[in-house]
Amino acid sequence: MEANQLIELFYFFEDSFVGQYIRGSTWLFPVIESFHLLGLAVLGGSVVIGDFRLMGFILKTERISYVVKETRTWFKFGFCLLVLTGLPLFLSEAVKCYYSRAFWIKMICLTIGIAFTFFIRNPLVLKNQDGKLIPLIGFSSFFLWTVVAASGRWIGFS
Amino acid sequence: MLDFAEWLATTEWSIALHESLYLYPWIESSHVLFICFFFGTLIFVDLRLTGKVFTNLTISEMNKGVLPLTVIGFFLMSLTGLLLFYAIPVRNYQNIFFRIKILLIVIAGLNVLFFHKRMSREAKNWDKDSFIPNSMKLSAVVSLFVWSLVIISGRLIAYNWFDCDRQPQSEWINFLTSCVVDYQLYEEINGS
Repeated sequence: MEANQLIELFYFFEDSFVGQYIRGSTWLFPVIESFHLLGLAVLGGSVVIGDFRLMGFILKTERISYVVKETRTWFKFGFCLLVLTGLPLFLSEAVKCYYSRAFWIKMICLTIGIAFTFFIRNPLVLKNQDGKLIPLIGFSSFFLWTVVAASGRWIGFS
Repeated sequence: MLDFAEWLATTEWSIALHESLYLYPWIESSHVLFICFFFGTLIFVDLRLTGKVFTNLTISEMNKGVLPLTVIGFFLMSLTGLLLFYAIPVRNYQNIFFRIKILLIVIAGLNVLFFHKRMSREAKNWDKDSFIPNSMKLSAVVSLFVWSLVIISGRLIAYNWFDCDRQPQSEWINFLTSCVVDYQLYEEINGS
């Protein structure tokens, strides 16, 4: 897809009913944004607890698979809340996002983060308890989600 | 208090903070990350108390494992939060959402006090009987609810709907934000 086709798509998003509706309201964007932040806290909490266990900082006497299983459910809950609130936020200012470097950094890291979490971190950690790679997996996951959160916050500064 | 905030605003570092292009966003982004540390881990501590997660662990084991992160998160979050306040002191002091947030933090703090007092006295018994009193579960739910409201009101501080320089506002808004408004001036403008 060429660049001018991509920007057309982003204009289409911004002109969508949801996008227009949110832009027409003073309160809607801030309120959705607040719940986006709450979703981030839920996801962030499960990432912190899970990955700090993988890195061997906390809950050392508990099995890694148990800690990841217990946090996974809330990771998914936070993730759903983030997507449900993030999409309308995006639709309301899609064109601004297109020109925002922070937005693209976030989307790239988000894609990697999702793939890493669901296809590498979780399956590997739930199967294999004592691999030497485990702390590295924990660090990578923590780092990826930190960049997603920080660059996400940065979209608002541009 | 307003005098104090006005004095803070004239200090060199405050001016440097709010005029810096990158420092302010960096502090604000780390504030958000430390919220994840603090509230994110607190969610699990509270959910453990209500019996929703980590039921293989006793309350003491859960607290010992996770609460240090919560405390570290709290201090870093408070530090970055204070810097954010210090960068724009007058506007924050007169911001209605900032005031609501402070009030909610006081409520959450009282809840922690109550909670911690009972916890340190009785946690050993709950471990043995794996029974958690309803008042403790209620305290956990209050904590989740009030801290969520703290985050929401904190996010809304950024919006200037009720700022002092956006008049006219209703009188009770100006009362709650202690805005000093020359109402006569507006009457004259409206009258002319």
